[in-house]
Amino acid sequence: MSQIAIKTLLEQTDRDIAAYLEACVHCGECAEACHFYEATQDPKYTPTYKLVPLVKAYKRHKAPLRGIKKLFGLVPDEVTEDELRQWEPLIYDSCTMCGRCTLVCPMGIDIAGTIRKVREGYAAADIIPEGLASARGYVEQTGSPMGVTPKALLAQIKRQEKETGIEIPVDVQGADYLALLSSMEIMGYPEIIGAYAKLFKRAGVSWTISTEAYEATNIGVQIGSAPLARELVRKIVDVAEGMGVRHVISPECGHAYGALRWAGPNLIGRQFKFEVVHIIELLDRLRAEGRIPPGKKDDRKLTLHDPCQIIRRGGLLKEPRRLMHDAASNFVEMEGAGIANLCCGGGGGVSANPRADELKTKAFAAKLKQIDDIGGVDAVVVPCANCRGVFEDGMFEFDSEIEVIGLGELIAETLDAAE
Amino acid sequence: MTFLEFVEGPFFYVAAAIFVLAALWRLIGILRIGKKPDLSPPKGSAVAGFIKGNLRHFFPRHLFAERTWMHILGGYGFHIGLFVLVLFAAPHIEFLQTRIFVYDLGINWGFEWPALPRWGFIIAAQVSFAGLIVLWVRRFSDPVMRLISDWDDHVGTWLTFLVMLTGCLALQESHDVLRAIHMLFVNIWLIYFPFSRLMHAFTFFLSRGATGATYGRRGMNP
Repeated sequence: MSQIAIKTLLEQTDRDIAAYLEACVHCGECAEACHFYEATQDPKYTPTYKLVPLVKAYKRHKAPLRGIKKLFGLVPDEVTEDELRQWEPLIYDSCTMCGRCTLVCPMGIDIAGTIRKVREGYAAADIIPEGLASARGYVEQTGSPMGVTPKALLAQIKRQEKETGIEIPVDVQGADYLALLSSMEIMGYPEIIGAYAKLFKRAGVSWTISTEAYEATNIGVQIGSAPLARELVRKIVDVAEGMGVRHVISPECGHAYGALRWAGPNLIGRQFKFEVVHIIELLDRLRAEGRIPPGKKDDRKLTLHDPCQIIRRGGLLKEPRRLMHDAASNFVEMEGAGIANLCCGGGGGVSANPRADELKTKAFAAKLKQIDDIGGVDAVVVPCANCRGVFEDGMFEFDSEIEVIGLGELIAETLDAAE
Repeated sequence: MTFLEFVEGPFFYVAAAIFVLAALWRLIGILRIGKKPDLSPPKGSAVAGFIKGNLRHFFPRHLFAERTWMHILGGYGFHIGLFVLVLFAAPHIEFLQTRIFVYDLGINWGFEWPALPRWGFIIAAQVSFAGLIVLWVRRFSDPVMRLISDWDDHVGTWLTFLVMLTGCLALQESHDVLRAIHMLFVNIWLIYFPFSRLMHAFTFFLSRGATGATYGRRGMNP
């Protein structure tokens, strides 16, 4: 088992990963940017320490000059299965792959990206947390990590049609946009479907939802299984290209955007015949083109959470801010907002891993403090369904009355209020 | 051949050759591992990102600076002091000009630059020593650094410390033996360098650049 893991770890170590492993000077500054270390002050949560199995395998089998070092007995021992298992909670429970550690690293090491590669080794050896394994089981059966079937989706669509009085296009061949959703949205926040209906009707956007490819969540990326991630991306690509859509909308979900927009073409080995656009990016464009008129601004005191995979690692920094300024008259940023914002504590599969619940809640406390420090915030806008779930759990845990809302819904509500 | 002639002559050239060849071997070895081309449509420039990534990480973000100030001061103090000493100490300039560029290689590159006055040397040495000591003390006093440090971190620090210490002892140039001891440690340091974490002096730009290029394509500069 450890041999499969080591082989995969070495295959995953490309030039960039090697440069990272070679450049780390063990300064430990990455700990100061990690919410898990900040919450516990336990040194084992130091981001670079989480990479130990990969570092050992690399130094023993792949690092330049290892032959000479071997002569002097200076290469590490082989990574054992016990060691892999010992590190497994560090790799899955205590890293949300948020990438904040990169900001503080004097060497600029992308530890989050490297953890993603380490997870490939673990997934290949099937050393993964039970929670993620059961989510994978649901995906294999239904294509959705929460087991959301097309029937369940259609039921939610019907409810939203009734609620909004707008017909929601399903399986429309040749539409311009194919909207994907995350399981969490479909089951937890279905009002986003109604919000899409209102916004796209107003903007005159030709769009559709597919009953074959509706799930944006890519559990393969969270577990670290490229074969599974590839299969899930391919399903979307096949359906989208088969329907002839020009754009695929990635929903308010952090890792789903990265999985499709940035990793997707690399996973299937070619560029797509459509553009991947994040819903935030699309709404920003429609607003700029004047297709979504400014509505009646929400006058509550609102702040914005920056989902790591959309902002820091996704590249959409200004778009949500422009939308917030248009939608809210009392929008206040939290300290450290933007590229350096704190993670919610539940990304990268952590929220799907019940074993990590306690740690996730401790990390969320730092997030909540960031919001509480502003003072008097009525609601926090969280443009990621996974973060939103973590926020709602955390708010409940800490008895906070701050409301949690999605960005798309907020904008749709400003249109409603204007009418 | 005296001991001084040996450590400044053949031993130095062997050490310097090992340094250059092994460092190149290691850098080329990293680059040769290769990377698959990124097929995702870019939003920004990878090349600009590579450069920006390298420059951006010279400057700590203020959000973290409060927590990492000791490292920032220690790190910058040590490195700047060390570069000043290596490049501007009068004996080093003389050594580089006479032993490498002009006499021994027989090439006059025309490199001439002014030496630091003695007080400048003292200040640079003190700043550098203070920085190095702060960084080393943190290796065993800070729980995070204690956990992640290995023998290579300590050996690299100690060798660098000994090179600097013997250099200061040899500053007066009153005894050949002091100069010879300094050169001995310099040679050992040169041989150790490419096999150790001291190589971060060269690998940092690959690492920063890799992140800069990846996220530069996405229009970000983390």
